[in-house]
Amino acid sequence: MQVYDAVIIGAGPAGLAAAIQCRENNLNVVVLDEYPKAGGRLLGQLYQEPDGTWWNGIEESKALETKAEQLDTDIRLGVSVHHIETLDNQFVVHTKKENFTTKNVIIATGAAESPVPVPGWTLPGVMSIGAAQVMTNVHRVKVGEKGIIVGINVLSAAIAQELHLAGIELHSMVLPAKHIISGEQANPRKVIDDLSRVAHLAPSKFIQFGSKFAKYKWAQNLALQFYPKNGIKMWEMPIHLRKAIKQINGTEKVESVTLVDVTADGEIVEHSEEEVQVDFVCIAGGLYPLAELAAVVGCPFQYSEELGGHVPIHNERMETPIPGIYVAGNITGIESAKVAREQGIVAGLSIAKKESDSPDIIEEKLQTAIENVKATRKAATIQFHPNIPEGRANVSAAFSKIIDEQKTETTKEKIS
Amino acid sequence: MNNRIENHPILGELEKRKKVTFQFDGKSYEGYEGDTIAAALLANGIRTLRKHEESGNPRGIYCNIGHCYECRVTVDGETNVRACLTPIKENMVVESGKVQPSPLDPSKENIPRTYAEYMEMEGEK
Ligand SMILES: Cc1cc2nc3c(=O)[nH]c(=O)nc-3n(C[C@H](O)[C@H](O)[C@H](O)COP(=O)(O)OP(=O)(O)OC[C@H]3O[C@@H](n4cnc5c(N)ncnc54)[C@H](O)[C@@H]3O)c2cc1C
Ligand code: FES
Repeated sequence: MQVYDAVIIGAGPAGLAAAIQCRENNLNVVVLDEYPKAGGRLLGQLYQEPDGTWWNGIEESKALETKAEQLDTDIRLGVSVHHIETLDNQFVVHTKKENFTTKNVIIATGAAESPVPVPGWTLPGVMSIGAAQVMTNVHRVKVGEKGIIVGINVLSAAIAQELHLAGIELHSMVLPAKHIISGEQANPRKVIDDLSRVAHLAPSKFIQFGSKFAKYKWAQNLALQFYPKNGIKMWEMPIHLRKAIKQINGTEKVESVTLVDVTADGEIVEHSEEEVQVDFVCIAGGLYPLAELAAVVGCPFQYSEELGGHVPIHNERMETPIPGIYVAGNITGIESAKVAREQGIVAGLSIAKKESDSPDIIEEKLQTAIENVKATRKAATIQFHPNIPEGRANVSAAFSKIIDEQKTETTKEKIS
Repeated sequence: MNNRIENHPILGELEKRKKVTFQFDGKSYEGYEGDTIAAALLANGIRTLRKHEESGNPRGIYCNIGHCYECRVTVDGETNVRACLTPIKENMVVESGKVQPSPLDPSKENIPRTYAEYMEMEGEK
């Protein structure tokens, strides 16, 4: 039976970068991904950097995949992992097709989108904003003739621009109506505050409007109070912080949506209903780390609002408290693909060090890689939460605490 | 019907790919090599991939990346295949998901509704 040095789950920027490091150190690895193309969510990304160049996800993915292939990396696509079993000092990664026995596992499964239920949202033609991104930029198929975006955040603003580039007409961007699940995303005050704090970094011109008047709370209040009835326009498309979607209408598919006016606190203004004809609706509820497999293998978790949800506890070497289980990329917190890629390098080097006869040489590279993660984070042009370093520090502290407790336990055992 | 984005100001012209013919609910459709079932059908103007098993309401893709299972179809006899992850192949036979006789009625069959119930039933075995 073949025993791998590492099984890498996910062929996004984190998984591919990790695989490259492992292969450069001659480790025997296999990369598994259920998507038919390598690149993960990087594939759909397309935005302009502050210096005017384009970040083209398809090309960036290709570069990583080509590098991995040059190093004879075994990448298997169309393979879903559904379980990780723990043996003595080994793991068995279960897929529908076959199982893989390995000394180490890197879980680099990325992120998923939070749904925001809206009455009528099960109709064909309603999709997540990421679905529209992938259909447009990866598959190059039009999601419809005219649509509307529900949810105003960094991701939806970036993707609105991508749809516009591809010639897809958008009526507007609006908020979800206030209900128990939509929560703060339906509150214009919270939305404008969030946007203003990341606005100076957002790649899309579209969000930068926030930074103009929203540095101060009083300015935000004024902006919301006197928010233009027709929204603030970016390339012909209005952004409405004072309109929300009440309902999606149609029988066999989306035919229209019902919009309502909302107060600066998100309360629905009575009798303000207006029907708008559209044939698709994109729901943008934000991203959270896709971490089920880490839970299955027994990783402890910590909740972090800054990182987008529950994340498996890990240190800056991308080790989890379970020896042999590593994490990298958006599973550790929602950040840009560039950060994910640097984290992948760290995870790959951590395993290389563990399996190496001369760990000191690798340790040096590892330290540099850890610094690169921080530098990339600092220079990020797209940021999903303003306090990411704080969230990271909390998770690292949780890791140290667990390791200290484990040490105390072993000492106690030795004494008794 | 062509819903393809042929020209893109940054991504350029759509590359020429091999045509692939496949079947959906008994009708023949054309797509291109590398298309997923969901993309090829949408390019042909088809959004509805299944009827909800219980209510019969129409459903299409939601996440388009394998997470939500809203796009499950039957492919060459295999049920519950995700149309958003599965590439089309020549002569592939795809069928939409259909209404099932009371699939969600736990009184009809002994189906666990929660993980706790599942564990309990496993324990009884
Ligand atoms: C819909 C969506 C859109 C996004 N758009 C942007 C954007 O425009 N700009 C931006 O900066 N960031 C965006 N992000 C954030 C994105 O997650 C990061 O930019 C980056 O791609 C994270 O890299 P990663 O390697 O951690 O994960 P990913 O790139 O998500 O790669 C993870 C891979 O793991 C695979 N996988 C997951 N579970 C399994 C399993 N059980 N078995 C097998 N394979 C599995 C997936 O198929 C995927 O290919 C987006 C995220 C999502 C979910
Ligand atoms: S659309 Fe979500 S799994 Fe296919």
